[in-house]
Amino acid sequence: MAEKILMKGNEAFCEAAMRGGARFYFGYPITPQSEIPEYMAAHMDEIGGCFVQAESELGAVNMGIGAAAAGGNVMLSSSSPGIALMQEGMSGLCVCHLPILLVSVSRGGPGIGDIRPSQADYRQATRGGGNGDYHLITFAPTTMQEAVDLIYEGVALADEYRNPVCILCDAMMGQMMEAVELPEHKEPVMGDAAIRAYKPWALTGQGDRAEKNRIHAMPWSPEELQESNLEQKVYYDKAEKNLVRYETRDLEDAEVVFVSYGTPARITTEAMEMLKAEGINTGMIRPISVWPYPYAAFDEIGPKTKVIISVELSLGQMMEDVKLGANGRWPVKLISRTGGVLFSSQDIVDETKEILKGVK
Amino acid sequence: MATTKLLIAGSGGQGVMVMGQMIAKAAILEGKKVTYLPSYGPEMRGGTANCSVIVSDNEISCPVINAPTDIVVMNLASMRKFEGKLSAGGRMFVNQSLITQDSSRDDIEVHKVDAVEIAKKQLGNEKTSNMVMLGAIVRMTKVVKMESIQKVVEKTFAGKKAAMIPLNLEALEAWQAD
Repeated sequence: MAEKILMKGNEAFCEAAMRGGARFYFGYPITPQSEIPEYMAAHMDEIGGCFVQAESELGAVNMGIGAAAAGGNVMLSSSSPGIALMQEGMSGLCVCHLPILLVSVSRGGPGIGDIRPSQADYRQATRGGGNGDYHLITFAPTTMQEAVDLIYEGVALADEYRNPVCILCDAMMGQMMEAVELPEHKEPVMGDAAIRAYKPWALTGQGDRAEKNRIHAMPWSPEELQESNLEQKVYYDKAEKNLVRYETRDLEDAEVVFVSYGTPARITTEAMEMLKAEGINTGMIRPISVWPYPYAAFDEIGPKTKVIISVELSLGQMMEDVKLGANGRWPVKLISRTGGVLFSSQDIVDETKEILKGVK
Repeated sequence: MATTKLLIAGSGGQGVMVMGQMIAKAAILEGKKVTYLPSYGPEMRGGTANCSVIVSDNEISCPVINAPTDIVVMNLASMRKFEGKLSAGGRMFVNQSLITQDSSRDDIEVHKVDAVEIAKKQLGNEKTSNMVMLGAIVRMTKVVKMESIQKVVEKTFAGKKAAMIPLNLEALEAWQAD
């Protein structure tokens, strides 16, 4: 087993991506993820990769499109308004069926917002911030180790699904330090011959192919665009079948079931222990994939549950998915903060008791 | 089963973050679980800074601290802001060189550490005041072993700054408990 080392989240994210085979990083600094471009600037070169500080987020995502089209394994990262600027490119990557790994470290919004932890980019990540019929495959880790493991895997998953994979983190995860075990370096797919073998669709030159590879940013007819979208839908269907991930806790006897992801799930876990000490049994569904969303997890809820509470740092963006999962079987309530404000475990305890007063 | 929830607060430039990181690194050396959560933002030398460090034998669910078991206050503003959050019976380490006021709590254990004066007079380098405080925290809380902190100091200053190691090790031992 590898040694556990103490790392800052943003830096651990970089190591995970590089070890997972990412060799191209294009970025632009924005708090709370500026350590990502800083770390990549210092270390990408050491492993034969490429780091470019772009002139803007729009520049970065378009460099990503180019490198991904040529078959490179690309990582992009930014924070909320920076991710917003990248959306044209995200939609563009999807029409081209191009894989990239995106790390989104969310801060308060809307607009320029502030630099404190937030989950107000849930819709941006899971519903598509760009135009058109597409999804980002999105995972929302809770611990540093989970983030590292998902980023490492995400590089290959993007290739497998011919689609961007987004790792959605709140600002606290980027800034905090925790022990992580870093995975082994994967052999990167570099050079035309290797890329040609692994990604036969990539633009590596015609060579001995009968026809040139083409990547269409704009299919010419509605029928062709429909065909392109339906081709991608095969991957989306596969993702809904194979990539739904979640964790449940104490659902059998739970009077209250919390649904929470990211750092708030950790705060909620502490609140669950405090509530248990007061004789209130609670359980938790923790989505790990937020697109595809683990709706099936709600079928595991036991007969004693009176209410489901979505605990999140937004005005209830994930609660919409919670309601789809609950499907009218239980009332769904919200405990939330917005704008970069954080709740404490005590806040969650107090508000849960208040909610319980109003539920039969 | 022991869990220490430590909040270290002061102003930017006092070495608040370094203290927290060194405790976190020492805890990892001992195979303990640890989370380190810094305040961050448009902060600068002289602005406010704090970090939360949790050290435990068990998995740590929540990195955000409700009620610290121990707090370190390097300036008066930090004492005013955080002393009310300290758990009853908890320890507060006060940088006596900058804080002459008494605590308003009578249900906590207060340790006054004349960190800046000791650093200046005894060690001849004011910049070691955070290491003086760090030594005091480690000795009184036993959150990690002194040997582990010494190892972290040696590792931190290895290479070009190796000449600083003896002074910093001395600083860790400089404070004498009342």
